[in-house]
Amino acid sequence: MGIQDIFADNKIKYKKLVGLRKNITPQESIVCPKCKNAVEEKLLAKNKYICGYCGHHFKMPVMDRIKMLCDEGRFIEFQKDLTTKDPIQFPDYDKKLHDAAEKSKSKEAVVTGVIGIKDITAAIAVMNSDFLMGSMGTVVGEKITALTEYAGKKGLPLVIFTASGGARMQEGLFSLMQMAKTSAAIEKYKEKGGIYISCLTNPTTGGVSASFATLGDIIIAEPEALICFAGPRVIEQTIGRSLPPGFQRSEFLSEHGMIDIVCERNKLRDLIYKIIKIHTLNNAEIKKGNENG
Amino acid sequence: MAEITSYERVERARSKDRPLITDYIKALFDDFIELKGDRLAKEDPSILGGIALFHGMPVTVIGHRKGRTTEENIKYNFGMASPEGYRKSLRLMKQAERFKRPIITFIDTPGAYPGMEAESSGQANAIAENMAAMSTLKTPVIAVVTGEGSSGGALALAVADRVFMLENAVYSILSPEGFASIMWKDPSRAAEASEVMKLTAQDLYEYKLIDRIIPEKGLYKNLDKSLKASILKLKSYDDEELIGRRYKKFRTIDGEYKPAVL
Repeated sequence: MGIQDIFADNKIKYKKLVGLRKNITPQESIVCPKCKNAVEEKLLAKNKYICGYCGHHFKMPVMDRIKMLCDEGRFIEFQKDLTTKDPIQFPDYDKKLHDAAEKSKSKEAVVTGVIGIKDITAAIAVMNSDFLMGSMGTVVGEKITALTEYAGKKGLPLVIFTASGGARMQEGLFSLMQMAKTSAAIEKYKEKGGIYISCLTNPTTGGVSASFATLGDIIIAEPEALICFAGPRVIEQTIGRSLPPGFQRSEFLSEHGMIDIVCERNKLRDLIYKIIKIHTLNNAEIKKGNENG
Repeated sequence: MAEITSYERVERARSKDRPLITDYIKALFDDFIELKGDRLAKEDPSILGGIALFHGMPVTVIGHRKGRTTEENIKYNFGMASPEGYRKSLRLMKQAERFKRPIITFIDTPGAYPGMEAESSGQANAIAENMAAMSTLKTPVIAVVTGEGSSGGALALAVADRVFMLENAVYSILSPEGFASIMWKDPSRAAEASEVMKLTAQDLYEYKLIDRIIPEKGLYKNLDKSLKASILKLKSYDDEELIGRRYKKFRTIDGEYKPAVL
């Protein structure tokens, strides 16, 4: 069986952009920040949180993303209940955490586990920017590291979706150290031959962009995502003028050679499947023909 | 003696009279030869690197460079490195590994440079690659935080087997001004931020995030002694043990969890 055969039955049929109903009420709709059209919320969810008018990628809830990637019933979550020990006893942090958990319906800023897509199994992490802006503290660092080690041990491909404001302020230097910890784990995993696919979504910044997010063997980004080390506001303050449109967005990074592929959300599952498939075919024999004809 | 506040430590760490990397090199090493350039795009003078002898032993020295005068500081961008600086550092570290030279880094930076060009050239990736590569270097690495160690720009040179801090150095997730600006939208509350951030050598030693505090009375002598002892210890490990220990050192920074085995 050749590569073409494997992919032949793999044309995932995505629904066309869902049709839009006129005269929707403000209660049922949200305004697209890009085209300013009112978009019906229910339809938006059905359409993978992509605006039906202009293709703008809204924030996608973590579990919707996992559902989008994974075959039904083939997601197993790891370390679901891990919560921070508040390492530097930061004032009012416990209240912040409590509010974040309520708002995001999640205990921390990343969900990790394994997913199944057809004939493959992959280790997966999806960051949750609704939980304290997806910031990385000890729990995020620990979950990403434990997942990476697990993927290495089991010989699984590793897929991480990032969305983060950077290192978490309330855990001080402990947060910064998670950059070193996750980077070391990824490096070890890659040295052992693992394939790491990093998928950058809006926004991926600071300590997350400067650690595991940009260490992918293959780096994918969703369209128009903000991807940077220093945020636009900090840069504007430093240089004393405003930034050109599109600066630090996926397409800009692509032009500067920082990412491999800018991919629309509705093509991501297919793309990730194909990349993983190619990496599992490393040792496939070419059966017909030899060098001497 | 009255207790020194965290913000006083910040002020001391930033003081104009504080030794610079060039002073440490002069005091601790012989025959320093500066090596320049990342071999990709350019030379970033805000990171200084080179080879030298330490008690007759070849070593690689890398660190953030600040200036004494305004003119120098502009030239060295106040110790705020660009991606090219981190890539130069990576090149020199890989070179040190080939020749089995221990690496000593000196950390003193307000952070990685937040400029347009730095972003376009991949600041995030340059820092990430530096940390990842350092985690598996088959040669001893010792990092010394000498002044202000702020953000990923500091950590990019500090994924080391031993992390020392000078008595009045600070090491933090970002500058106290940046922290106050993010948390309270008010950079003028930097002093208050300094207290809650836990950024002094004394705090961080307590948290086991650093290995040693270097007293500043008799600074060079103390640092020389500590560097020598640690290099000798680290040189006694074979490659596998050295890297294994370094991995574990960062793996177990977790704010009280036992590392999970899934």
